[in-house]
Amino acid sequence: MSDNHQPLESLQAKLRNKTGREYWRGLEDIVSNPESHDAFSQEFPRQASLLGDALDRRHFLKIMGASFGLAGLTACSAYPEDKHIVPYVKAPEEIVPGKPLFFASSFTLGGVATGVLVESHMGRPTKIEGNPDHPASLGATDLFAQASILTLYDPDRSQTSRYYGDFRPYDTFLRDLRKHLEETKPKQGEGFRILTETITSPTLAGQIRKLLADYPKAMWHQFEPAGRDAAREGSKLAFGSYVETVYKFDKADVVVSLDADFLANGVGSVRYARDFSARRRARKGIKELSRLYMVECVPTATGTVADHRIAVKPSEVAAMANAIAVGLGVNTGKPAAAPSTHAKLVESIVKDLQASKGKSLFIVGDYQPAALHALAHAVNQALGNVGSTLVYTDSIEAEPTNQLESLKKLVADMNGGAVETLLILEGNPVYTAPADLDFAGALKKVKLAIHLSLYFDETSAQCHWHIPSTHPLESWGDARAFDGTITVQQPLIAPLYSDTKSPLEVLAAFGYQFNLSSYDVVRTFWQQNLNKLMTGASTPVNGAVPVSTGTASAPPPPPAGEGKVQVGQNGTGLLSDFDKVWRRAVHDGFLAASSFAPKTVTPGGNLAEAMSKLPAISGTEIAFRPDPTVYDGRFSNNGWLQETPKTRTKLTWDNAAIMSFKTAAAKGLKNEDVVTLSVNGRTVKGTVLIVPSHPDDSITAYLGYGRERAGVVGNKAGFNAYTLRTTGGLWSAGGVTVSATGETYRLACTQMHWEIEASEALRRRELVQTATLKEYLDHPAFAKTEFDDPKARKLTMFQPVDDYAAERYAWGMVIDLASCMACNACVVACTAENNIPVVGKEEVLRQREMHWMRIDQYYAGDIASADLEVHVQPVMCQHCEMAPCELVCPVAATTHSPEGINEMTYNRCVGTKYCANNCPYKVRRFNFLHYADYDTPSLKLGRNPDVTVRSRGVMEKCTYCIQRINAARIEAEKETRLILDGEVVTACQAVCPAEAIVFGNLNDKNSQISKLVAEPSNYGLLAELNVRPRTSYMAKVRNVNSELPQPKTTAAARKAEHGSHGEGDHGGSEHGATPSGEHKSESTSGPKAEPGKAEPSKAGH
Amino acid sequence: MPQHFHRSMNTISKMMIFGGVFIIGFGAWLALEINRSANVTDVQIAKAQPVQFSHQHHVAGLGIECRYCHTSVENSHFANVPPISTCMNCHQQIWFGAQMLEPVRTAWKTGKALEWQRVHNLGDYVFFNHGVHVQKGIGCVSCHGRVDKMQLISKAEPLTMEWCLNCHRNPEQFLRPKDKVFDMEWKADNQLELGRKLKAEYKIEPARNLTSCSTCHH
Repeated sequence: MSDNHQPLESLQAKLRNKTGREYWRGLEDIVSNPESHDAFSQEFPRQASLLGDALDRRHFLKIMGASFGLAGLTACSAYPEDKHIVPYVKAPEEIVPGKPLFFASSFTLGGVATGVLVESHMGRPTKIEGNPDHPASLGATDLFAQASILTLYDPDRSQTSRYYGDFRPYDTFLRDLRKHLEETKPKQGEGFRILTETITSPTLAGQIRKLLADYPKAMWHQFEPAGRDAAREGSKLAFGSYVETVYKFDKADVVVSLDADFLANGVGSVRYARDFSARRRARKGIKELSRLYMVECVPTATGTVADHRIAVKPSEVAAMANAIAVGLGVNTGKPAAAPSTHAKLVESIVKDLQASKGKSLFIVGDYQPAALHALAHAVNQALGNVGSTLVYTDSIEAEPTNQLESLKKLVADMNGGAVETLLILEGNPVYTAPADLDFAGALKKVKLAIHLSLYFDETSAQCHWHIPSTHPLESWGDARAFDGTITVQQPLIAPLYSDTKSPLEVLAAFGYQFNLSSYDVVRTFWQQNLNKLMTGASTPVNGAVPVSTGTASAPPPPPAGEGKVQVGQNGTGLLSDFDKVWRRAVHDGFLAASSFAPKTVTPGGNLAEAMSKLPAISGTEIAFRPDPTVYDGRFSNNGWLQETPKTRTKLTWDNAAIMSFKTAAAKGLKNEDVVTLSVNGRTVKGTVLIVPSHPDDSITAYLGYGRERAGVVGNKAGFNAYTLRTTGGLWSAGGVTVSATGETYRLACTQMHWEIEASEALRRRELVQTATLKEYLDHPAFAKTEFDDPKARKLTMFQPVDDYAAERYAWGMVIDLASCMACNACVVACTAENNIPVVGKEEVLRQREMHWMRIDQYYAGDIASADLEVHVQPVMCQHCEMAPCELVCPVAATTHSPEGINEMTYNRCVGTKYCANNCPYKVRRFNFLHYADYDTPSLKLGRNPDVTVRSRGVMEKCTYCIQRINAARIEAEKETRLILDGEVVTACQAVCPAEAIVFGNLNDKNSQISKLVAEPSNYGLLAELNVRPRTSYMAKVRNVNSELPQPKTTAAARKAEHGSHGEGDHGGSEHGATPSGEHKSESTSGPKAEPGKAEPSKAGH
Repeated sequence: MPQHFHRSMNTISKMMIFGGVFIIGFGAWLALEINRSANVTDVQIAKAQPVQFSHQHHVAGLGIECRYCHTSVENSHFANVPPISTCMNCHQQIWFGAQMLEPVRTAWKTGKALEWQRVHNLGDYVFFNHGVHVQKGIGCVSCHGRVDKMQLISKAEPLTMEWCLNCHRNPEQFLRPKDKVFDMEWKADNQLELGRKLKAEYKIEPARNLTSCSTCHH
């Protein structure tokens, strides 16, 4: 990444001359700049520099001598020291010491819930999984839910109430509050305001409404930093009322997304990823895939799986949308003026959409203006998609409102002195509110400001009272999912800090119920309002989820006050009807039959007028987006998320002024240059990061960085993009000036880390295998070489391998490249499951990040174009049957199990690192500096007790979640049976929203994985090295529109290389390198080199 | 020039060179033996416990079965030490006022648990599972010795990896009928013959699977 300040033309020329590869990772690949490349081609670069420059002979000998002297000591460990066993006094029911329990709960982001199952070891939550029965999850989660375990145990969490920053007991707050309420009551709450984030929770909203009823002059404001004002207002523009749009991607043949990162960001994305990817897998017997056109103005995860990805400036999204709409005959009041370069594309999209009426989707991202959302509604109406690929429902929000206006009014009233009491329930408005509102300044005029939050953050510091909030895993609550399903938030552990309160409890205190628990609040509310809560549809959206029995037709609940039947702990006492519903809901994690029924809407509104009001933006533009890992800043102090390489940019620990190569070159900037960004007189200093595929003349700035009071992990990382963000341009702004400051700042970007460098093999086959659908149908086995056949016994310098076919199990994994969109949920899930330590920015800069799995990202195409193809490839230990790492270990610390697992035995490892040096996949991680935190008490609680916490000096890597295999094996062995298919689910597989990872037993011919391995498009990464990897990949098949320029695929390249395989060349390939005259000559080798026809099992005899 | 070394140095140096081999060998042997001795492994060394609980009295004397207290031994990796409530099942009635039981009663009254000293202790990198051993016909006595004869509990076996592997390599030495797992006194007439039969019957994995590293370390 270091120095790529070269003229664009020379880069292009080099790319044309194929100095680099077809699929490249960074600019270094193209320019083949030896210096910068060398820095990363070493397994562990920059080691020597740590010793300092003065490494003379004497110094060297000293260090060597000391090393030898101490070498023996590192092998020593204390014999198991004295430990205690502390049994219960009275054992709780259901807990079997040593066995985990799973409880249903919910994870809420932006107010919207995803159902989760939380693993609890002896009362300590350790891992979050998706709730397979919950419609928003279906067993998967996003990376934020995975990482919320770490937030629970974060030692930086606020633990005590504070008054003007000084510690005060919560009781003091209650005393003050009571006094204050006495004063406020006679005024009917005049001057009393509540500020929340988006709320879908029926109980919380019910409490606020009750409070507002008690104080009629009080007001409720909402502001969500990464909010959906545009979507909300768009629906109001189109239909006159706030409605929710729920998509059914499994029914859509053609999807056009305009800056909608629907697979990885926003409401329902986890479920949408599942539905969408189900239609994207080229398998035997499948002739059709869905098609995705992605018009993006910032790098998105969805862009990686798009069939056609076009990068445009933020302001051009409107033009593209308008052009498509006009093409479809929607009256937008504007001429179709798409950027001329994309005219052909727009034409094709229109044609495609028209051809699949009722089976298409036109989606506009949450961060595009409301007018475009109205436009999307009109387009979907025109295409007849309503009712088939999308439905409208009531808003899932408890009180849908224009949140920006709501906040503006609050700030105006605060400035006007009309606000006496301000209760801020979660959120961090001082940090996140639009800069021109100066929320902090307005806050000073409030007489009593109370802030409930998880951390003592920027807002807490400006408020009179700070009340520490409970983590969602510590308190009861509820929230609605994307389809309206009411999801129960069940606590897994009593609050770690006794002073912490949930929003429900604080609101109860405002209603003079000073000691009401969150459990009582939720249960009582449900009991009183069950009828209203359950009037939703009885069939969940998409009909994929079985509704729990017995509850759908539950009789109406007893009137309030009557249903207080206490359920006897020992089964005595009768369950009331409400109890049955409640217990079922708590057990399942959600209230059955609470999702919203599709709603009939009447189109109306003046689209043309709304479109005409779109602001004209000119000059260099900046787009603000919630960060892919720390979101709007709420996860800033989460080390797991900070260290996760961000989707598309691969940046860790910082945000940056992200721009294209062309833009940087035009402005005379290089990577890691510190620049001053200024928009309308507001300035901030940021660091340049060049990302190929980024639209030109535009800058992306992720929010959530530059925190002052995030905690030790998140403070001072990156720059605060909120300081540029104003009410006029919440999501993008024009007229940005960028000026270099002359300073530089190191960015820990992992794009070039762990690069696979097997040049000999690469000449045979690219790491990422791609084909268009047409190429795939012509030649399904395009990705295969003779090395993919497990039976092919090639001459080998290794000792002959075991015959794994004779074993009960041969574990393997298949990763689907067509589904993976690098959302990083797997990376965080792996971190949580396997106790992987956080190493920090400095160590990431030294390429020492410990993640067992990484997601490699490759580009293809012309460097000058922003419309590059982006391919992502998760890589972890491939568990080679002939593993090069095992042969070089001097102490046999890495060995092979009879079931084919490449085992890593930590207690035997002496840290020679030979194995890592010999690993072609670069998947081994060495613990250089005792990264695991052995000291912080709260962090100890969150570790997975089934996985060793590794110490310094030890190599580690993906184990295929051996602890999960062993757990399943033990259960099977107890019953003297075999492990069933699907019984072992690895952490990465479990969490994947797109179901891109499949794990299982290759010896079971009926297992899901065996079927995938038998698919023609399955191939082994670097199988050419004859290491026989157990992990294999499904090649990426894209349904490219044949009218548009065809991408250069590896399938086309191989076809050119080997000549035609089919009878006639109906490939329609426009690939210039396929000389038509050579088609009939079967080239080079015999049948083995023609994998197109070869059944994998027949290929080698 | 006079000689630097006396002639006798020839003999001494030869002795040092050849003797050194033996000395180093002896040292290595000594180190290994010390490592295997009770001094390190704590075999048959009882530890001070909050209550001097006698397994001999409860098991041999009263005939209480193992699973009455160690309830999770068949299912979990951990054979639990019973909660105080299990003690109180009997001791609310019997020996209620005994001085020896004072800590138990205090724990019961205050709710503050007893802290027992761990006797059978493995490294943090070892993942041993009681459940599967018990259900595959390994008797308690095979690892824990004659607990029914122990006044104070102590290790009967060293619990070293060498010792574990001895059984993982040849489980037939120890396999027993499932109804004899908790029997302290049962002995097979011909253990090896029975063991081989049971190994097939229980479908015990072959030694190369049982001795692969990831069986116990992950």
